[in-house]
Amino acid sequence: MKLFNRAGYSIYAQFRCAPRLLPAFILFFIFWLNLPAHALDVPKVQGYVNDYADMISPTAKAALENELKAFEQTDSTQIVILTVPSLEGEVIEDFGIKVAESWKIGQKGKDNGVIFLVSKQDKKIRIEVGRGLEGPLTDLAAGRIIDIVIKPRFKRGDFDGGFLAGVSSLIDAARGEFKADGNHRPQKHEKSSRFFTFLMFGAFVMLFLGSISRVFGGVSGAVGLPAIIHLTLLPLSLTTFIIFAAVGLGAGIFLPILFSSGGQHRGGGFWPGGGYYGGGSGFSSGGSDFGGFSGGGGGFGGGGASGDW
Amino acid sequence: MKRIALVILGLMLLTVSGCGYNTMQANEESVKAAWGDVEASYQRRNDLIPNLVETVKAYAKHEKETLTAVTEARAKVGSIQMSKDMLDNPAAFAQFQQAQGAMSSALSRLMLVVEKYPDLKANQNFQDLQHQLEGTENRINVARVRYNKAIETYNTSIRIFPNNLTNSMLLHLKLKEPFKAEAGAEKAPQVKF
Repeated sequence: MKLFNRAGYSIYAQFRCAPRLLPAFILFFIFWLNLPAHALDVPKVQGYVNDYADMISPTAKAALENELKAFEQTDSTQIVILTVPSLEGEVIEDFGIKVAESWKIGQKGKDNGVIFLVSKQDKKIRIEVGRGLEGPLTDLAAGRIIDIVIKPRFKRGDFDGGFLAGVSSLIDAARGEFKADGNHRPQKHEKSSRFFTFLMFGAFVMLFLGSISRVFGGVSGAVGLPAIIHLTLLPLSLTTFIIFAAVGLGAGIFLPILFSSGGQHRGGGFWPGGGYYGGGSGFSSGGSDFGGFSGGGGGFGGGGASGDW
Repeated sequence: MKRIALVILGLMLLTVSGCGYNTMQANEESVKAAWGDVEASYQRRNDLIPNLVETVKAYAKHEKETLTAVTEARAKVGSIQMSKDMLDNPAAFAQFQQAQGAMSSALSRLMLVVEKYPDLKANQNFQDLQHQLEGTENRINVARVRYNKAIETYNTSIRIFPNNLTNSMLLHLKLKEPFKAEAGAEKAPQVKF
């Protein structure tokens, strides 16, 4: 798969007139391998409550999941909990922003995500606030929630109570700032619109080349269609790449002929080969639906507060 | 004949987009956007300072020197105007960074001094200011890291082939300076009683 990705890139690079980018890619890979390993990797997001340090009882966990799910359904604001056993020497603020950047909690464009992060051994708490919530949930408000609501309960060893009370304070602060609008997949939308932009552009190029020679058209179709799908929609496996290459080859040979000779086809719209749409949209829904819970693409700017107990 | 002209036009379009013209422009814009965040978070810190100085003054009258240092550093920072067009200018950038660095160290000295005054530390107003200051320092940190990342992408994009040719012929963009770690930042401050 990895190898094939690179093949896809190099085809793409040739297609875009810069075959000598390859050394730069190799350099990039070497540089990338040389980077020091991070002290603590960001764990996978599993749901609203990601209790990697085993601090929350099953009943409290179920209550938190329900509360947070209901809140996202009404307000679209995502609040997630992450507990880790230890920060392994990392600063909690640095780890918090790393988690925020990789999970992308909150909806894209609204940036309404909150991460409630706790490290058990370090006894540290951080509330990471998305950009869209910095108004109602200022650094000060987050700091007070930590100081007044969470800290005293954690000090007593009442972790369940701390998480439950902390989450309801966060919800109280954030409630009403955003409303759910039913459009839960803006990311996919953007992806497919980028795909169609590239497809239009690619089709024009193919028609130009195809009008000079069938071989040019066929080659550009065979390379261009799978490359565009691979780079804008979803990574293709070798088999699907070949299938799309065959479709592209056919389109590259026959579309220019249709366009140059067929006056009767003009009225039928720009896309006589409906195969493009069929191939594209069938795949695009597969991307994010099976992953269960996922962040909606919200952005963070380092807002929030930290504390310890 | 006409058809050949169209084909050449199409190939030229492809060449321009393939040789980094648009990428470099886009990267420069993201550098400017990241700079906006850096500037905003530094400004936010500057706005907090008068209130902080007043609060500390009420409890720690003897720490005049430290308080004056903070106020002076703030005045110095306020006198430096750093516009987006000056990002290409290493001297202006170094001056900006130096002034903000002086501000950071004056503030951390102040926060150390505060440790001696339990009444002040228990004061609600001070605790609130402390949260705001910590939050702001964290935003500055995040904004600086992101700015450096944007700079890295931008600097790389104007240096690699074939973008460097496009740049030297058409765009004439210059390399931009990233933030460097502040002198002494690697050492944790010592608390003395």
